[in-house]
Parts: sequence; structure tokens; C-alpha cells
Amino acid sequence: MDFNLTEDRRMLQDSLTRYLGDKYPVDHRNKVAYELPCHDPAKWGEMAELGTLFALAPEDAGGFGGTGFDLMVVFEALGRALNPEPMLGAAMASRLLTKAGADQEALLSGATKYAVAVGEVEAPYELDEIASTAMAKGDGHVLSGRKSSVYGGQAADVILVAAMLDGKPAVFEVQASDAQIAGYPMMDGGGAAEVLLDDTPAKLLIADATEALNDALNAGALALCAEAVGVMEVTHAITLDYLRTRKQFGVPIGKFQVLQHRAVDMLTEIEQSRSITIKAASELDGPEAARFVSMAKNLIGRAARLVAEEAIQMHGGIAMTWEYPVSHYAKRLVMLDAQLGDTDYHLSRVIAGLKAA
Amino acid sequence: MDLSFSAEDNAFREEVRSYLAENLPKRISDAVRNGGEQTKEMAEEWHAILNAKGWLATTWGVEFGGPGWTPVQKHIFEEECCRAYAPRIVPFGLNMLGPVLQAFGSKEQQDYYLPRILDGTDWWCQGYSEPGAGSDLASLKTRAVREGDEYVINGQKTWTTLGQHANKIFCLCRTDTEVKQQEGISFILVDLDTPGIEMRPIRLIEGGHEVNEVFFTDVRVPVANLVGEENKGWTIAKFLLTHERTGIAGVGFSMQSLEEVKALARKIRRNGRPLIEDPLFAARIAQAEIDLEAMKITNLRMLFKAQQQGAPGPETSILKIKGTVIHQELKDLARRALGPVAAPFPGAMTDGNIMFGPEGTANNAARYFNNRKTSIFGGSNEIQRNILTKTMLEL
Repeated sequence: MDFNLTEDRRMLQDSLTRYLGDKYPVDHRNKVAYELPCHDPAKWGEMAELGTLFALAPEDAGGFGGTGFDLMVVFEALGRALNPEPMLGAAMASRLLTKAGADQEALLSGATKYAVAVGEVEAPYELDEIASTAMAKGDGHVLSGRKSSVYGGQAADVILVAAMLDGKPAVFEVQASDAQIAGYPMMDGGGAAEVLLDDTPAKLLIADATEALNDALNAGALALCAEAVGVMEVTHAITLDYLRTRKQFGVPIGKFQVLQHRAVDMLTEIEQSRSITIKAASELDGPEAARFVSMAKNLIGRAARLVAEEAIQMHGGIAMTWEYPVSHYAKRLVMLDAQLGDTDYHLSRVIAGLKAA
Repeated sequence: MDLSFSAEDNAFREEVRSYLAENLPKRISDAVRNGGEQTKEMAEEWHAILNAKGWLATTWGVEFGGPGWTPVQKHIFEEECCRAYAPRIVPFGLNMLGPVLQAFGSKEQQDYYLPRILDGTDWWCQGYSEPGAGSDLASLKTRAVREGDEYVINGQKTWTTLGQHANKIFCLCRTDTEVKQQEGISFILVDLDTPGIEMRPIRLIEGGHEVNEVFFTDVRVPVANLVGEENKGWTIAKFLLTHERTGIAGVGFSMQSLEEVKALARKIRRNGRPLIEDPLFAARIAQAEIDLEAMKITNLRMLFKAQQQGAPGPETSILKIKGTVIHQELKDLARRALGPVAAPFPGAMTDGNIMFGPEGTANNAARYFNNRKTSIFGGSNEIQRNILTKTMLEL
């Protein structure tokens, strides 16, 4: 048993955290995050140079990481800085490309930006409700349908699309320039897109892709959990600072027990969140990945909302302003719940496991 | 980052598991599984079995007869004991006074008392809380006045767990009323046979007799029974509270409770299907299981830190708060699973062989009520929040 990070991962964590703190602070982040393309190409390139993307893939796929703990290190650091760059799509796409045995040098170097399109308007999370279809045409395929909430789709060069082929979900590579893409910034910053496909040319990547897609979704959900842990810790730290300095009735408000105990409850839930994320990370490549990732996403959905709402409440009016960073951290914490399966969706997956047991 | 146990630890787990399989009497594990009150004889029998193996005093140094286990090994041992439905070790002599004597006691006290704790000659109980001193323990009023070679003790202790089985009590007494509260307290050992002591049972919420109140009227105790220095008892009290904290998350007991709830929910039918397929009840179980799964890792993380740093840190208060809340939730689920069948007083419906409800579930409502104590004792969860406020949040 060892809960310390390996030397390599610690170095990556340190360098990424330092870079984001120095070069991508929250005020710059706010300029990027809420306007298309919700992406800073120069900064993206610098983040890639630090090895951020290479950490997403295993060695035999050209990277130097690829485990759950690698994802955890990267996304926790991104979360701490509330970074809006389209790293989630890259992480999920890398999983799919690795499963397909495809070359991903362009992804890992940062040269090509990827997004993954699984969810649809009527079926945001479920693979077996996918309505988009693929048809063979000429040497390749064409796709039709609408993919919804494609994170990073507004800035992507290539989109990996899940569509039904012969009654099974398959994964196709679509050039963004071939599809109709409606990008938008999100409430909590960062971008996504609706992707409209109408006989859109596509290259088949994985034919029977249920397992590969589940793996990519698990990895994506784990990444969101790790991101949330980073966001929660910073939110809590800012809140504690405020409790120490804000005075009312002649004393720092942190002297009031009613606030102290609530701040402790935030700490407890953050520690629990970190624990379940560590557990999910350790199981990501095992047979029970879905179960533990769902446990993590459920717990973090609950904890993140508590931390967000308590942080706002304990700050009072100042946290309701755009100017003050906590408002942006709180929005991220609440909104990430709906990404790749919310609290209830993942609880229902854990429940399904109860019956089978 | 590696969550797996080492090969040595896994081998140790196997050793403990097979030892328990061979040496824990079924009669005893059945009684524990049934959840009723555990008898003095049962505890003494189990202590003697573990003592023969050298596994009784898990928190003691090797030089005093402890097994010399790492924190991880202690954790594995506790987990396996829960899994096998072994009785809880009665902690007052073994996990509380033992470590105190080893750290603060004289050579004579160690030589005399420690072997008697191990072989069961002495059953200790704890004289800490008073009617007016619970969470605010330092305000305790029981007086010990020195007269020659004796202390004369007057006052009252309460919540004395299993005092009815004990022959000795360790007490915090006020030996100086002129100084700051914390600086006038001493840690004194008292023989319960001494004239002037009266122990009265307190009947608890579920009807059981687990705790007592102890009255001291002109009780004369040799000065040699003082542990450490006079007026330095608060240091010992704080030391002891950290020892009370080993295994405080109760993860093993919660895992046990979770399995019980699942087993019940598979047996019991509601709306024409097993209760575990009822969406509302299944959601409650699943959420408790998720919280417990996280708790297991939180516990291991803190264990790992304690192993690296040599001592548990203040963050273990998190284990107390969350661990007790999860366990209480599971006890509530067991009670709810049974529904009306949980209502009869334990034993009341077994007369004439009329039983209702699944076998072995008679004590679920009692356990639920009894376990409300866990968020109160050992420093209430509110006191734990005060501790965390000071130590972790620095507010």
C-alpha cells in the first residue's frame, strides 16, 4: 500500500500546477472560458509541451502514462486552476484510439484536437439509446444524426462519433470540417458543441465498440471526478481564507461555530471524494471499473454540490458576483455533475450491481 | 499510488483468517451475529483465547507482551475479527489503561498491572465523564484530597461502560482547585472493592444494562495509585483519547452491517418482490455502500499516514464523524428493512416458539437505538468538529 504519487507523476503535477498558476490564472481563464472558441491555442501548445497530453496514453500507444492515476493527476491540476481547455475530449479520444490500436501522435503532441461524441439529446448518457446511424458508402461510411453536448467539440479538429452500425454502437472518425458544428460556451465556462451529421463522410475506427465506449466514458467520468476534487479543494481553501478575514459583529466570521462546523463538513466530504476517486482510479483498467467509477461520480455529485452551495452561502453576497473567483468555481462544481452521467444516473448503475450480486 | 496490500500483509490476513476459523467458538460468533448483549463470560473466554496466541494486546509494545504489529496489520486484524463475528475486545484495560501505564506508569505499576490485564485478573472500567462534565471533560469535579499516604476521593462518575463486570476503575480526579482547570487533574487507579464506592446501573434507551454511575464517598486510595505526576492527568487523558481513536472509523463493523442489511433485503419481500429490488430502498443501500467504500479508502489513507509519521494525526476526527454516521445509517436500514417485525422487545416473541421475521433479527431495533451512542461517546461528533476546526482549518 502506498498513497504517495510516483516521482514522475509528482513532477508532472508540480509543473502543470505551476504553469497554470503562473500563465493561466483565473482572470485569464475567465476571458477564455466564456467566449468561443473557449480555447487558447498558444496556452494549449504550452500545456502539451509540458507533457500533459502524453500522460493520457500508455507507453505502447506513444504516451508515458494512461493509468487512472495519470488521469487523476492531470485533471486535479486542471480543476485547481479551473482550466477550460478541451482536455476531457482528448482524454476520452485517447482511450478510444488506444483500444483501436490507431496512431495518436497528433493527439498527444497537441497538434490535433479531438472531441468524443456519444450522447444525444434524447439519450445524454446511454449507449443503447443511440439513434445516430452509419451506412457503408464507397470505401468508407457516412453518418446521420445529431450528437449533443460534445465537450470540446467547438474547438475540435477531429470528432470521434458513436453511431449504430449493424445494430451495434461503432466509433467513427469525422473531420470537424465535414460536419455541421454549433459550438457554444457553457454556464460554467469551457465549450461544447451540437454536432449535426447528414450523410457526413466518416472513417470506421472500431466496429463493435460497446466495450471501448464504456471504457472511454469511465475514463471521462473519472477525469471529471479528479477535476472536481481539485475544484473543491480550492473552493474550500478560498472559503477558509474568507472566514479568517471577513469581520462581522467585530470578529472574523470564522469564529462562529455554526460556520466552523459547516466548514468541517465540507472538508470531510472533500476527503471522501478524494478517497473514492483514488479507488476508481485504481480500478479503471479492471473488471469493476464501471461500478467504482459510478460510485465515485455519485459521491462527487453530492459532495460537489454541497461544497459549491456552502461556499456561496458562507461567503454571502460577494460569492454571487462575477468578479469573485468562488462564483466560477461553484458553477463548475454544480454543472460538472451533468457531464457523463449525473448523481442519480450513476446511483442507478450501482443499484443494478446490487441486484446482480 | 498503490492500493493493494503487500504480500506479507496478505499472508498475515490469511493467517488471521484461518486462526479465527479454527479458534473462535461458533457459540460466541453466533451470539455476536445475533446482536444481543454479550456476557462477561463470553468476553473473558475470547480474551483468554487471543491471549494464548499473543494477539490480545494489539496496541502494546513488544516489550510488554504486544504482538508488534504495524498499523496496517492491526487494521487487518480488526477487519478479519469483524468478518468472523468475533466479540469486540473490551478496550478499557487493553487499549486504554495498558498504553497509559506503558507511557506514564512507574516500573512497579507496569510490572503489577499489565500482566493482570493480559490474563484477565483485572477488568478495568473508565471513570472520566461526570454528570456535569461530558464534552467539557476538564470541568470535572470529583475531588481527590491528599491526606498522608492516601487520596480521599469524593464525587460521581457516569457512563461507566461495563462497570458492573469490573473490579477496578481508572479515574480523572481534581487534585488542585486553585489553578487552570486542565492543570489540576490527576489520573488515579482505584480498586472497586474500596469502602465508599457504590455502582448503580443506568438502563439505556433500548432497555439494556451497559453503563453505570459510580459514587465515591470518602474513598481512601494509596498515593502509590497515582499514575504519572500529580496534576498532570490531563496530558494522560488526551493521550488516552488518541488511543481510543484506533479503529475509530469502525469500517469492519460497517462492512458487517452492510452485509446484514443486504441479506435482510434479499429475504424480505415488499410489493411482491425482494426488498433489495425496491428502488427507494435499493437507493438507500447503494448510497450507504458508496459512502462506506470511500470511508475504507479514507481509513487506509490515514493509516498509511500514521504508519509513515509514527502517530495518527488530528484528521482522524474525520474518521470518527463519518464512520459513525455511516454505521448509524446502516443500523437504521436494518431496522427499516424489518418494518413492523423490528418492533417486539428482543425475546418477547420467542416464547412458545412464535417467531416472526427472519431468524437472528430480533435485536435490530435495539441495535439501532443503542448505536445512537457512537456519535456521542469518545468525544461527540460536535467536539470532533471543534478539534478539526482548530487543527485542520485553523479558524
